[in-house]
Amino acid sequence: MGAVTIWPAAVFDGLLALALLWLAWQATHGAGLFRSVVSFIVFGLLMALAWVRLEAPDIALAEAAIGAGVTGALLLSALGRLEYSDDRGASAPREWWLWVPAGLAVLGLLAVVAWQLPTPGLGEHVDSALARSGVDNPVTAVLLNFRAFDTLLEVGVLLLAAIVLWSFGAVARPLVPAVPSPALPALGRLLFPVFVLLSVYLLWRGSHAPGGAFQAGAVLGAGGILMLLSGRARGCPARFLGVAFYRWVWLVWWPWRPGRPLWGSVSLPILSLGQPRRSCCLS
Amino acid sequence: MMYMVLAGALFGIGLSGLFSARHPLRKVLSLNVLSASVFLLLVAVARQSEPLDAVPHAIVLTGIVVTVSTTAVALALLVRLPIRGRQDAAGRPKERP
Repeated sequence: MGAVTIWPAAVFDGLLALALLWLAWQATHGAGLFRSVVSFIVFGLLMALAWVRLEAPDIALAEAAIGAGVTGALLLSALGRLEYSDDRGASAPREWWLWVPAGLAVLGLLAVVAWQLPTPGLGEHVDSALARSGVDNPVTAVLLNFRAFDTLLEVGVLLLAAIVLWSFGAVARPLVPAVPSPALPALGRLLFPVFVLLSVYLLWRGSHAPGGAFQAGAVLGAGGILMLLSGRARGCPARFLGVAFYRWVWLVWWPWRPGRPLWGSVSLPILSLGQPRRSCCLS
Repeated sequence: MMYMVLAGALFGIGLSGLFSARHPLRKVLSLNVLSASVFLLLVAVARQSEPLDAVPHAIVLTGIVVTVSTTAVALALLVRLPIRGRQDAAGRPKERP
């Protein structure tokens, strides 16, 4: 009986692993940059499935929204503005005498560290302190309460990235040179409130189930990128989107403002603002 | 266990791509694959414990956001990078036909 229930899962895991390996190979060694980028986006989506299999639904949500969605949009927008150089896949591995031993050493070190990690982990500590955190979802509790400084520093990294990107100035080639179809901007206008609503839902859901600030910020960022790609914010994207986002985020954030420690968390509005702002100054 | 092996294999693919790729965009992709493999290892190790350990999950979430920040900065640098021999006299990249 046990074999019957375990079988499909093992087959699924095996197929997933093979697909992931093939897509990773395509992304890094395949022919054609566009194909590589698309392979990488599919890789991110399948990684989300792998996270589900590893019982990490929070990471699955974040991977699907950030890893595949936002990164994919960034990669595609960069690809559209690149000069196509003579890229014919990977060349013969250069300096293999350097990176093969170095890579094996790092991999071995990782394996040793993984092997020597204390086995019970911190799960019990988190569970015992969960009641004091004000939320039911342990991952949200760790992110916003127990390890809040980590999250704050991570927002610092986001801010640093935004400062670096702003300091570059405008790029020579605009993102959307012409919009052939009038349906695209209309679609962007139509869908953006849905993105806002979805991100609020994810934020609220994060207190008791998989979801939370990261995923909400990513979905909001994806909505901004959609607006940008659909040409809704053509002309002066950074300024327009900035105003729109401040308005939306203010609208969303205002009702939740008083009281609750989760909603009042500083990292939250900054995170939701940081990603769209960053993505639009990339354009 | 299988996911740990998968993480190791992805690590190898990412590392070889990072060093052997010719185009910088491919290097960025390789770096992303590399970080995904490390996250996978972390969560696969965390899964072994009972009850489920939430701290590695939070660390991986943080790591994903840091990876996206790195990718965004790298891509912004890359877009401003003219390919040699394809720029006009002012040093600006030529428009693609």
